[in-house]
Formats: sequence, structure tokens, C-alpha cells
Amino acid sequence: MNSMTKPRAWESFFWPIVTAGLLLALWHYSVALTGTKVFPSPRSVEKAVAELLHRHVLWADIGDSLRRVALGFGAAVFIGIPFGLWLGWRPAANQVVSPVLQILRPISPIAWIPVAIIFFGVGDRAAVFLIFLASFFPIVVACVGAVSSVPPVLLGAGRNFGLSTPQLLMRVVFPAALPQILVGLRIALGIAWLVVVAAEMIAVESGLGYLVIDSRNSGKRYDLVVAAMLIIGIIGLALDFIFRRLGTIRSVRWGFRDAA
Amino acid sequence: MASTEAVVTEPGTRPKLRVEHLGMVYERDGERVAVFEDINLDVSESEFICIVGPSGCGKSTLLKVLAGFLSSTSGSVTFDGESVNGPDPRRILVFQEHGVFPWLTVAGNIGFGLSKLSRAQREERIAHYVQTVRLEGFEHTYPSDLSGGMKQRVQVARALAVNPHILYLDEPFGALDSITRVIMRGELLRIWQSERKMVIFVTHDIDEAVQLADRVVVLSSRPARIEDVLTIDIPHPRNISSPRYLELRDELLKLIGLAYEI
Repeated sequence: MNSMTKPRAWESFFWPIVTAGLLLALWHYSVALTGTKVFPSPRSVEKAVAELLHRHVLWADIGDSLRRVALGFGAAVFIGIPFGLWLGWRPAANQVVSPVLQILRPISPIAWIPVAIIFFGVGDRAAVFLIFLASFFPIVVACVGAVSSVPPVLLGAGRNFGLSTPQLLMRVVFPAALPQILVGLRIALGIAWLVVVAAEMIAVESGLGYLVIDSRNSGKRYDLVVAAMLIIGIIGLALDFIFRRLGTIRSVRWGFRDAA
Repeated sequence: MASTEAVVTEPGTRPKLRVEHLGMVYERDGERVAVFEDINLDVSESEFICIVGPSGCGKSTLLKVLAGFLSSTSGSVTFDGESVNGPDPRRILVFQEHGVFPWLTVAGNIGFGLSKLSRAQREERIAHYVQTVRLEGFEHTYPSDLSGGMKQRVQVARALAVNPHILYLDEPFGALDSITRVIMRGELLRIWQSERKMVIFVTHDIDEAVQLADRVVVLSSRPARIEDVLTIDIPHPRNISSPRYLELRDELLKLIGLAYEI
């Protein structure tokens, strides 16, 4: 197929379904041919999903995971965006803070788990703290970059119409930076969803991450493990989809040429 | 404070722009580079001035100083006796391109400088200037869906909406195709004749200058000085094949130092 031609409507559904079907078949026959007793087949995973849905714990686990992400990610948004805007606006401040950020940023949030447990003990707050950390740095970095790439012409126009600095930040810098900030938020949310699962495996006793580790520890139920993994994947995809939809809002669409 | 004055200008005042011994020098690698020096110019109310000169001569820098975006290193710019320091809604600079706010609609852009007005007054003024620049029907369109010429119309309307004393235009049609440029010149003249603002227009296009200006200020190459000021004594609408037009055009070419036979 020529890369210039747009795929037809049915093709955009058809081929992904074919790929998924082939993978399922590969999975099914691999399990059947090797005769493994440990790794579950697609059929048993399907049953495991049904079992999880019936036991009602699943909804509580999903709710716990989403709540932790909402709290940690939300706090990172509320603190990270103003902080990042300020750093981007004041290059002098950025020079002071940037080295510290650059050292903290590459540290995996997982490495913070022991520290989080010292600070907050085993429980919700430790998990929320980890998610906060995981999303805070990408948000700040995205904001700094977004602000420093606001075209000087637009700042000049804003000043020309008599805006004070706070007005300029609200009415020019923030809207000009918003498309790039949204990209940063989307990346941060993706990381937050990765981290919540890891955090729940260690720091708490509920949530989807706990479901995975608990299914393994109590009776080696690998069908439940894989079922939980699938659910984690689907929710992550849904979160990403929601964020991608934000890019089609009219006042930010100019910044997302390919999504428009 | 300044912007309140801008939207309620006293009628009957006779503001005037005075530029005296204006000079600009900056340091680069320890060397002093003069951009322009000893610029003297008086502009009266509702006069249309074009500034032309070789590319890179500092026309745009001069305009930014006149508009208050940059400070000169010597001399002064005064308007009605008040010295110009800093950007101000009483003098609006229209940029060559990318000057409209992409997150606002046409109406949002035009109303940008009107946040101190009441909602009804703002809407009324937006509607008026949408009509002035002939963008009726595009009020709720975003800039990404507009052509280059339409974006420049939005910039001009946004500038006029705050009722400034002076409109500074920095090669506003420079990024447009040649047909759109000719149309936009006609549009600008029409608007200028109805609004009677002081206009200072930087261009590197000789024809543009002779077609638009009351007086053309010719700058030399760097460091720029005023080479000459040419009065275009042809009434509008100007016949661009009249002998007087061609004469003035030739004179301008000669002043810039270009041979007019290729």
C-alpha cells in the first residue's frame, strides 16, 4: 500500500484485529504445544477475567489504582505547572534549579520506594507520593521547554497591548505554551500509570499492582496475573486516549498539526 | 492605566512624533557596532511615512525603538512632548507574520486589547473592525484556517481596535504573494483614509513606498542615516503609470543607489 494513501475506514479496524487474532493464536498454540502447566492459555485468562469481574474485588482494585493516580498526578499538575512556568519564565531561576532537576529526573520512581516507605510508611500516601514524583519531573521539564519556546513576537504583541507581567503570563505565555504542556502531561500520565502498578506491588495491599503480585503469591494463579496485566493495559490505553482527545480542543489544536 | 487612555482618546488633540538625534550602538565581541545614528524626523498627525533602505540597514531596529520595544543609546523619541520608553497601546506595532494569537479566534484577537471595556462595548468595537478589514463571516475562525493576507488583516484590526495614535508596520506584507500584496496596499490605504492614523511603514519595496506614503524616508546602509526624505506629491488614488509616479520612483531608486536599468 502506498504510504500516501489514507487507509480506508474498514482497514483501520480490520488489520489491528487480524494482528491481535494472530498473536492470540500464537499464544494459544505455544501454550498447547509446549504443554506448560504454569503459563495460562488465552482461554483460561478469559475465564480469569470473568472470575475477577464476578468477585467484585476488581472494581475496588481499579478504583484504588485510579484514585492514587488521580491524587499523585493531580498534585504534580497543580505544583508542577506553575513551578515549570516560573522556571521557564525566569532563566536565572532555571539555571539554579536545573542541575538538581537533571540529577533527580533520571532516577526511576521505583528507586524511591524505600525512601517513600520511610517517609510515609506502607500505605496509600507512599504510593501517591511515588506517582507524584514520577509525573512531577516530566511536567516541569515540559513546561520549561514550552515557555522558552513561546515566540518573542507574541510576547511583544502582548506587551504592546499594555499587559502587566502576570497578565502576560495568563493571557499569552500560558495559552501559547499549552499544546506543549499537554504533551508533557500525557507523557507524565503514562509514566504515572506504569509507576502505580509497581508501587502497589510493594507499598500497599490493594490496587491492580497488588492484584498481580497477590495472584502470584497466593496460589500461583498465573491466569489471574495475566488477566490483571491485560486490564492494566486496557486502562492505560483508555487514559492515553482521553488525553489525546484534549489535543483536538479548538484553542489548542493549532499546536497539534498532525492530530487535527 | 496606559491602556485606558488608549481606548478613550481625547478628540481634537494634535499629537506629533518627534525623533531627535536618535542613535543606536550595541557591543558585539567587544566591538561597538552602530546600527543607526543621528536620525531626525518630525511626523505630523495622520501622516503616512514609509521608511525604505537596503536590507539589513536597521530599519526594523529603528521601528522597534520608535515603538518603544528597544531603547536607543542616544537621542530621543517624543510624542506630544512625552518621551517614548516602553511599549504602549497608544502605538501598536504590526509584525511581518506570526503576530496573531493562534489560540484565539478572529474576534478574540481583535478584542485582545479591549479587556477594560464592557462586554457590549467590546463586541461593538470588534464588529466594527471586523467590518473595517472585511473579515465578516470569519469572526469565529481560528488563524490556522486563515490565509496570510487575512492574518495580516486581523493584526491591523487588532491594532486599530485600541484606537492608537500611531500604527507601526514592519514589512507587514513582506510574507505575502505579490497579488495579495497589491490588494493589501489598497486595503491599507482605504483604512488609513477613513481612520486617519499616523502610520510609519517599513518596507524594502520601492513601489510599495511610492504608492502608499506621503513622505518616504530613505536610509543609507549601516550605520543607517537619513539619506533623504522624499515627498510624494501625488493625490490618491495614484496612477502608477503616470509620469510623476515614474519620476518619483526613479528618484527613489537613485537615492537608494540602485541602477534603474537592468
